[in-house]
Amino acid sequence: MSGTPKIRLRGLTKRFNGKPVLDGVDLDVAAGEGMVILGGSGSGKSVTIKCILGLIRPDAGTVEIDGRDVLSMPRREREAVNDRIGMLFQNAALFDSLPVWENVCFKLLAQKRITRSRARDKAAEVLAQVGLAPSVGDLSPAELSGGMQKRVGLARAIAAEPDIIFFDEPTTGLDPIMGAVIDGLIVDVVQRLGATAVSITHDMASARRIGTTAAMLHKGSIIWTGPAASLGETGNPMVDQFARGEREGPIQMELRR
Amino acid sequence: MQHLLNLVALLGRLVLAGCRQVGGVTLFALEGLSHLVRPPFYPRLLGRAFLEIAYFSLPVVALTAVFTGMVLALQSYSGFSRFGAESAIANVVVLSITRELGPVLAGLMVAGRIGAAFAAEIGTMRVTDQIDALTTLSTNPMKYLVAPRLAAGIVAMPLLVVVADILGVMGGWLIGTTKLGFTSASYLTSTLNFMQAGDVVSGLVKAAVFGFVIALMGCWSGYTSRGGAQGVGAATTGAVVAASILILALDYVLTAMFFGL
Repeated sequence: MSGTPKIRLRGLTKRFNGKPVLDGVDLDVAAGEGMVILGGSGSGKSVTIKCILGLIRPDAGTVEIDGRDVLSMPRREREAVNDRIGMLFQNAALFDSLPVWENVCFKLLAQKRITRSRARDKAAEVLAQVGLAPSVGDLSPAELSGGMQKRVGLARAIAAEPDIIFFDEPTTGLDPIMGAVIDGLIVDVVQRLGATAVSITHDMASARRIGTTAAMLHKGSIIWTGPAASLGETGNPMVDQFARGEREGPIQMELRR
Repeated sequence: MQHLLNLVALLGRLVLAGCRQVGGVTLFALEGLSHLVRPPFYPRLLGRAFLEIAYFSLPVVALTAVFTGMVLALQSYSGFSRFGAESAIANVVVLSITRELGPVLAGLMVAGRIGAAFAAEIGTMRVTDQIDALTTLSTNPMKYLVAPRLAAGIVAMPLLVVVADILGVMGGWLIGTTKLGFTSASYLTSTLNFMQAGDVVSGLVKAAVFGFVIALMGCWSGYTSRGGAQGVGAATTGAVVAASILILALDYVLTAMFFGL
């Protein structure tokens, strides 16, 4: 990797009730890269991106964005960094008290970068980019199907044109065709914005579609990084077992007795 | 000996947990209040919370006040007639309603309605990642969710208590004039002559404090809820119980303070 990475994690550590969830995570994500973080349930994927976003404070380690340690920044500077970040949550996390158009333009309205009357047009424009009709803007999130909620969540994540976008399990809960549609939209919008994308998933098909690079998180550490296209044939027995979904192999599921 | 040590350890843990809880609520309240004076402000959300507390709680508070005034008049008559003090009924009703029953009963009713509603709404937002989503959308959740509700609680409760005071007195008047033989003029004259500004003001100050406490406990319980639907349910119950107990405890403290007892 040449130059300063867009995102750099060093020695990221986090414990919950004494149990280590992240145990020295080191990871570099280059500008414009599509990084996919893989790992089993409870391996610390979500905690990793929550640490980067500032939603969880790590016990130790550094998080650098564009070469600057965001953990030691004053609050206002940190907010300025977050202004350039978009996030698609696993369950979309749409605000159910607001109509879809206000959800989509929430950040622009909150920062008064747009008037309420202009926001409706802007929402229709962004909804079109994720394949939704302008009339969807007047619906409430509760009236949408799971796939439509993901699309609205994606529209909300990209409306302010961020240069880093995080995707938390973007295809979870969707049928395979809708999953492929969402992945296609993710690839399109990330390319169009020229953004850096960090996704977490355990859906291998999705990982290959949206990722250029992949990293495997296991027991709180990154154990492998490489091209997403090579998943299943990496030569690392743990990664290959995970990518192929094999029961037998070096990764043993821990069962609580 | 070991049992005694275990008991002491248990008590110690309970005291520490209590201190953590009180400290957490206090810091939460201070942060929420600090956002009341720091922009950006959200007038639409303030308006919505105000409407929720003041307008939609009006029927339940009004009914509570009217029936309380009516019962108070009946009970006072029944008790005071034993020593020929029936004429003091109007005075007892207005004093009890404005100083105590108006703010306390309105507070308890609003705690049940609004404390639960705030805790359920914010708790659901917590467990569905909507609060995290606010942060990623460059919006401070304390400023967006908590500060408008605190402000609405402080402003709306005194207005509700003004209505409760009037309707409570009118409940007493209704029973006094229809069942207890008072004339309308004598009942109202007695009420107005006996009532002092301090009685009403002390009740309104209590109402503002209770409004703050109800909003605070609703927001705090929801904001700190964990664990899905069960966690939101526990937060809702916790908000109502905590707000109700705090209203009763603070009522004693404020009464002692106002009347120098």
